[in-house]
Amino acid sequence: MSILGTRVVRTEDPRLLTHGATYVEDLRLPELRGAAYATFVRSPMAHARITEIDVSAALAEPGVVAVLTAKDLEGAAGGTAAANAEPLLAADVVRFAGEPVALVLTDEHYQGEDAAELVSVDYDPLDAVIGVQAGLRDETLLFPDAGTNVVSTGGAEEFDDKAFADCEVVVQRTIVNQRVAAAPLEGRAAAAGWADDRLTLWASTQNVHAVKAAVAGRLGLDADAIRVVAPDVGGGFGAKIGIDREAIAVAWAARRTGRAVRWVETRNENLMAMSHGRAQRHTLTIGGSRDGRVGAYRLEIVQDCGAYIRMGTLMPTLTTLMASGVYDLPKVEVAHRTVLTNTTPIGAYRGAGRPEATAAIERAMDLFAAEIGMDPVEVRRRNLVAPDKFPFTTPTGATYDTGEYEKALDTVLEAAGYQELRAEQQRRRERGDPLQLGVGVSTYVEITGGNPEWGETASLEVHTDGAVTVWTGSSPHGQGHATAWAMLVQDELGIPMDKITVRHGDTDVLKEGTGTFGSRSLQLGGSAVHNAAVEVKEVARELAAEEMEADPADLVLDVDSGTWTVRGVPGQGVSWARLAERAGEGGLSANTKFASAQATFPFGAHVAVVELDVETGRARLVRHVTVDDAGPVLNPILAEGQRHGGIAQGAAQALFEEMAYDEYGNPITATLMDYSFISAAELPSFELVAMETPTTANPLGVKGIGEAGTIGATPAVQSAVVDAVAHLGVRHIDMPATPEHVWTAINEARTAQ
Amino acid sequence: MNVTITVNGEKTSHEVEDRTLLVHYLRDAAGLTATNIGCDTSTCGSCTVLLGGESVKSCTVLAAQADGEEVRTVEGLAGDDGEMDAVQKAFQQNHALQCGFCTPGMVMAATSLLKENPDPTEDEVRWALKGNLCRCTGYHNIVQAVLAAAEGTR
Repeated sequence: MSILGTRVVRTEDPRLLTHGATYVEDLRLPELRGAAYATFVRSPMAHARITEIDVSAALAEPGVVAVLTAKDLEGAAGGTAAANAEPLLAADVVRFAGEPVALVLTDEHYQGEDAAELVSVDYDPLDAVIGVQAGLRDETLLFPDAGTNVVSTGGAEEFDDKAFADCEVVVQRTIVNQRVAAAPLEGRAAAAGWADDRLTLWASTQNVHAVKAAVAGRLGLDADAIRVVAPDVGGGFGAKIGIDREAIAVAWAARRTGRAVRWVETRNENLMAMSHGRAQRHTLTIGGSRDGRVGAYRLEIVQDCGAYIRMGTLMPTLTTLMASGVYDLPKVEVAHRTVLTNTTPIGAYRGAGRPEATAAIERAMDLFAAEIGMDPVEVRRRNLVAPDKFPFTTPTGATYDTGEYEKALDTVLEAAGYQELRAEQQRRRERGDPLQLGVGVSTYVEITGGNPEWGETASLEVHTDGAVTVWTGSSPHGQGHATAWAMLVQDELGIPMDKITVRHGDTDVLKEGTGTFGSRSLQLGGSAVHNAAVEVKEVARELAAEEMEADPADLVLDVDSGTWTVRGVPGQGVSWARLAERAGEGGLSANTKFASAQATFPFGAHVAVVELDVETGRARLVRHVTVDDAGPVLNPILAEGQRHGGIAQGAAQALFEEMAYDEYGNPITATLMDYSFISAAELPSFELVAMETPTTANPLGVKGIGEAGTIGATPAVQSAVVDAVAHLGVRHIDMPATPEHVWTAINEARTAQ
Repeated sequence: MNVTITVNGEKTSHEVEDRTLLVHYLRDAAGLTATNIGCDTSTCGSCTVLLGGESVKSCTVLAAQADGEEVRTVEGLAGDDGEMDAVQKAFQQNHALQCGFCTPGMVMAATSLLKENPDPTEDEVRWALKGNLCRCTGYHNIVQAVLAAAEGTR
């Protein structure tokens, strides 16, 4: 029986559970012995001109090796960067609170914070641009030479005046998809050492190869002079794609001082300077007929970029691509602008532009349903893309591979007991229960494995003891690649998982690779491993034929025992170890790269149930039921784990989390005491229902599952909160649906009536 | 100052700065790096260890406060033969960890909970772990693992 599709517990875990993983901070390598500790001095102001930096007091502190500023960088870092790129250290102007201004190197860890406090920076404050409205006004410019804060526009150049002319009902609303923090438990970290004019950079990253290219470009180095290593990585969620300026500054500082340097940020730094996610304002217009058919949908996106372009210009293009969701709509218009503000730069965060698309269209569907007085499920059902329409190309240019949207919706409704939930809601409404029930339904489709042409690499070698080493260009940070890839190899070669070692994250060993992001690992990286195993099998077939003096076509691999035999000839057969020996060291191996011609489009439907105290405005998620269809499941344990995590983060955005700034640009949620990171006490156990619709985009038939949770859960939970108080006249509550937001919405609705 | 702490049954003694946090003592002086630092505000619980049998957040305890005491970290849970204990096994069996960063603290918090309340309800587990944050698992499997460990040790 194939091991694929079975619940295999992770082989990674015993190490993590008994001795802990080895994150950058845990590295105790000879190359890092005696490394200096890096501490960044960060701007306390959102927007200011630096008039003077005095490092003399800091330099006099015990243990201080160096205090480096932008002046030291002049001409020293030979690389190039765009005019509005983030400098490694702020030179003349700081553009967000938390921006690094100086770098203090000390012998001991604690000395760094002492000395950093003594670096005296004089600032001449400038007006802070906070919020996209302020950015769009262009009264204060982050980069005056550019003439505007708008850094990108896209989508429809102008809207059709008559788009909604035939609609019986038109609803318009401006909503907020608030700024949130990725907040992986391990923050950003790097360590750098130079030997023989060659840099080794250990970094907490999702893709070492891109880091190598970025560091080479920024420091003006030959790529061959850089080795990047990702040890264990403590979560990423998109915010560890590539590398941030601090790590590059650490690499530069190590060269300058001739001493290895290590850096681990604090949580406060993490919340101020690691890329934030979301931060879009949506103006949505939806129109249609009273029978529930939507005739037109328009979405205007304003993306808050933060102070510099990390991925702020990319995110709204993904929102645009996925704007119409699972619906077959006659007319869709989307336009987007990205605008600079004096806040932390925006990057990818679990879903990266797609949760925003789903949140917008699902909110629009709810608003339309409320306006025409129809069950929101029914409105959705009447507008879904029918199963016979695939491949389906949307008005914004996405081509959905495969989908069964109505089946997913029906399945989740049945699992949730939707009709009974509505009946219970009615009972509570009738008796005026202070604890009201809200039911939120979302349907979604997302894109995974985007840029499939980038592909992914794998190398596989069978050793003379019969063991296997797999190198993958994917870059796990919790997903369980070591287990999943070993399952793929065992399935193909019949070599047991415990003899298979999966390695990743070293640019010296695997020269090419793409990494883990955008839910691409299994469909591209897994397919590469699968293909490598298939290739090795063919090499083995030839070797076995020589060994057994038979025709290769007659050789059969028994995957249960992992031995090759000649068809119809009894006997023990030949082992993988013997074939590896015959091939000589490295002879029984394959190097592959798998690229796909198309991205994949997983889909699903979520039902969230909240209990909401109408007197306090507090909503509590009591049930969350999901169908998430990402094609055939390799290992249900891993796939469910991905769904669980995403659901929690989605619920967190809907109910609690927001990175907030005051009017001066001071971050007011820059510790975990202030940022409402969701905990176990705010969540129920989740109810997951399986559904598998394969794709033809890759040999495994799989799509990505990593981001389904945030994409499906966020709008479902938000919708449930609104639904709980819909009978009081509430149509919309912006996220996060904190008691304050909910209570205010209830009171505004009451006042309006 | 000199601090003497029995860590996982072994007596350790190191000269440290007065202000040294217990977590840094464990990681840098005693060389046990499983215990992680996730927040600095005693919110996330990644640094949870047992001090005198009670769970504490070791980023909020001075090494000096643990002088003469016994500390247990996740490295001290498995048997001498390396066999994982009931909580560790339940974490693996229930896929209660992904990136592993919160895991050592989470396991110690769960260990402490089960000592105080060997038969917790799901709700009790959730509230007991409120001080231990995880970004990967959505807590679902962590809660299942703790309930399974309780079941297994009853």
